[in-house]
Amino acid sequence: MAVAAEAVADAQVFEHRRGFARRWYRTPSFVGGVSILGLIVLAALAAPLITNHGPTSQDLLHTLQGPSSSHWLGTDDLGRDVWSRLVYGARTDLKVAFLAVLFPFAIGTLLGLVSGYYGGWIDAAVNWLVNVVVAFPFYVLIIALVFALGSGTRNIYIAITIVGWVSYTRIIRGEVLVAKRRDYVLAAKSGGLSDARILFRHLLPNVVTQAIVFACSDIVLDILAIVTLGYLGLGVQPPTPDWGRMIADGQTYLTTHWELSTVPGIAVVFTALGLSLLADGLADLLRPE
Amino acid sequence: MTLGAYVVRRLLQLVPIALGVTVLVFFLIHLVPGDPARTILGVQATPARIALLRHSWGLDKPLYVQYGKFMGRVLHGNLGDSLFYGVSAGHLVLQRLPVTLWLIGFGALLAVLIAVPLAAVAATHRDRIPDHLVRAVPLVGLGFPPFWVGIVLLLVFGLHLGRPFPVGGYGSGFVGHVHSMFLPALTVAFAIAPILIRSLRASLLEVLESDYITTARSKGLPERRVLVRHALRNAVVSTVSVLGVNIGYLVGGTLVIEQVYALPGIGQLMINSILQRDFPVVQAVTLVFSVMVVIVYLLSDVVHALLDPRVRFE
Amino acid sequence: MSEPLLRVRDLQVEFRLSGGTLRAVDSASFEVGRGETLGLVGESGSGKTVALRAVVGLLPRTARITAGTVEIDGTDVTAAGEDRRRALRGTTVAMIFQEPMTALNPVMRVGDQIAEEPMVRLGQTRRNARTTALELMRLVGIPDPRRRADAYPHELSGGLRQRVMIAIALSGNPKLLLCDEPTTALDVTIQDQILKLLQRLQHELGLALVFVSHDLAVIAQTCQRLAVMYAGQVVETGAVADVFREPRHPYTLGLLRSVPDFDVVRAQLAAIGGAPPDLAAPPHGCRFHPRCPFVQNDCLDGGIPLFDVGPGRAARCLHHDEAAADARREPVIANA
Repeated sequence: MAVAAEAVADAQVFEHRRGFARRWYRTPSFVGGVSILGLIVLAALAAPLITNHGPTSQDLLHTLQGPSSSHWLGTDDLGRDVWSRLVYGARTDLKVAFLAVLFPFAIGTLLGLVSGYYGGWIDAAVNWLVNVVVAFPFYVLIIALVFALGSGTRNIYIAITIVGWVSYTRIIRGEVLVAKRRDYVLAAKSGGLSDARILFRHLLPNVVTQAIVFACSDIVLDILAIVTLGYLGLGVQPPTPDWGRMIADGQTYLTTHWELSTVPGIAVVFTALGLSLLADGLADLLRPE
Repeated sequence: MTLGAYVVRRLLQLVPIALGVTVLVFFLIHLVPGDPARTILGVQATPARIALLRHSWGLDKPLYVQYGKFMGRVLHGNLGDSLFYGVSAGHLVLQRLPVTLWLIGFGALLAVLIAVPLAAVAATHRDRIPDHLVRAVPLVGLGFPPFWVGIVLLLVFGLHLGRPFPVGGYGSGFVGHVHSMFLPALTVAFAIAPILIRSLRASLLEVLESDYITTARSKGLPERRVLVRHALRNAVVSTVSVLGVNIGYLVGGTLVIEQVYALPGIGQLMINSILQRDFPVVQAVTLVFSVMVVIVYLLSDVVHALLDPRVRFE
Repeated sequence: MSEPLLRVRDLQVEFRLSGGTLRAVDSASFEVGRGETLGLVGESGSGKTVALRAVVGLLPRTARITAGTVEIDGTDVTAAGEDRRRALRGTTVAMIFQEPMTALNPVMRVGDQIAEEPMVRLGQTRRNARTTALELMRLVGIPDPRRRADAYPHELSGGLRQRVMIAIALSGNPKLLLCDEPTTALDVTIQDQILKLLQRLQHELGLALVFVSHDLAVIAQTCQRLAVMYAGQVVETGAVADVFREPRHPYTLGLLRSVPDFDVVRAQLAAIGGAPPDLAAPPHGCRFHPRCPFVQNDCLDGGIPLFDVGPGRAARCLHHDEAAADARREPVIANA
């Protein structure tokens, strides 16, 4: 009986994956997103190979220079190579953004699973907590938390986790509320499978796709948050290169060297575009047929 | 139920949430690793001074007592005193609140003015060129850091192109405010318009397939009236909720934009207080921000109920 | 004999689908004179609703009229521009729909919806349009119109909503009323009320009526003439009494035999075997031949035209006397 129940549930997940493998290259948004993002990630990984100066090496004799053969994008106010800072900044910001999305994803999904499945007071408590966190403007809470904990990447992760789990919980909870009435769950329950097994082995693979799609657009939000924190001086601390910091540093020279502030922003826009396309493509592909 | 009863019911639902908010704000101080009093006074502080500060803050009492006193003060409108300026934090906030409110209101207005026509054009030219162009806006637009957009706008309209707009400050008088706040408000508008466009377009497309649109057309009404009086009127109902949720995001975004344009609002107050380690003011501003957001959610619910008569009858 | 108010000739409507095109209506022809009532009968998928929508120019985005003509009050609307078509809507030809809950604007008071045409199309002031709306509400039998006018659609019962729709349709003083299964979604008792209302209005206002339904009893009650549709084609036309007494198409005969009738006690209700054809790939020759009890070899060759089978009667069948003979042997209705 239990074996049959497992088989039914497995079949559901298999349906999803098969469709994906067949169509991914025919979905333009997915392909576009992967291409753009792939380019940026590659550049970030190959940073030492494609730059001829370090991102933190200052050259106070050659500050605020325009593009040249030695400095492809010129130098900033401390003589640092802008191109190098751009590429290494990609490393920093992408890494932090990707990691920052994992914890909210994990915690939010767990809470969503539990509150949606069990309902009752657990659900009420989680909902209350969700509403309290949501009552704070995203940036205000992040900044307040970073203020309380101090700046630096570790605290960025903590702040984003405390604020960001909410969306995942809502999504997963919604999916679970629908899914738990479906046949394969009822079959599993009557087959005597334990709650934990049902939750993780059967419900999770079927409800998690929406969360994965959201995670992709969440990374965009996280990158924007990290860059914003960097701009405000509360994010990644110098000398580690960060796009937000670069924009802030460049603002003083807006009248003479506007590219110092503009170029890092364009990098953010492109990265976000790649991620958004990826999110759209995934949403298309993972949609149950 | 009537509109009044609906509002009261929503307000009551908000009470436990408001309480939770105050708890979270209260604990902000206690999140600081180590002793907050020591952190404020710095490394050279003597134990006596630390003990004095702790006592004056009531930090030596049990947590629930502290929370009680905190709530007592808040409900009396006392949000603490600024360590930096020496005046009441509430006073500082009130002084700067108008600027932030202007920014939010003006920004939301511009966002709606941008989003509605674009979404309408996209929905009525479905899958044709105007639609594809409009759909590209949210795709690309959501990746623009708002503060960077602010800087670019500053660059283009504030510093070049004949300098039609001032580069900072709040201005005086209504016209002065509109003039000074236009670029910042536009920045805010660019930040939330993409989301509005996406939501309104989807909503419009759905509405345009409805039977009552066919009925309206069968009356021989001009297509413009069908679009505005019937389609849009129904489509905005769901978009109002989206706008409400995003104003929460928007309210926080003003923080950064005030920084870019050097606007004397509560966002800038918060940042400065953070840099100056002025705990009470940070706490006060955080509380005020959340109250604003909660009020906005309530307002958007009320507007939703006003626009959609089916909602009140639950 | 004056010009018919509505003349549909060889109408063809195609849907653009992802797999290809689907011809939902294929060479349909029917006419309605002033003050006359015509029933359009068929199963779902027969094309009757699509034909109706094509007449008033309200086809969905994916559908187009690909052949044939529709003349309303002398104007060829298939050749005319959208402006001309729109001018006729509401004021010359109006439509009422099957599901009144979804066909009414949920956020607009019903009084305002009824007053909209008088205000926008007939140029009445807001006050006068309101008065007109109240009069219309009285005309369609809505009790306490003044109070009801301020209600929203979801606050009214199904029957009242349908009356509101009828009031809206009448608000432009049309000459022709197209009814798309207006009673199908209602309770049986309310159905009867609405049908009687429509009959009364038709008499009082001299309206021409095209009534689409799958229910022969309803058609019998409200219409003088009928056109039977099957698989997108008109297969039989004639006066209701004549067709019921002596159907000339096997499908019509089958329909009549499958309807419970209290006047004739039959051994069993005869359903028509089989299912309607897939319109994307209709059968060769006569579209009904796979299900026809009288089918012969020549029924499979080529398209079957509409034959004249008497004054004001036509049938798309090579062997139309077979159906008629069968009906004479075993009458469908005791007194037609």
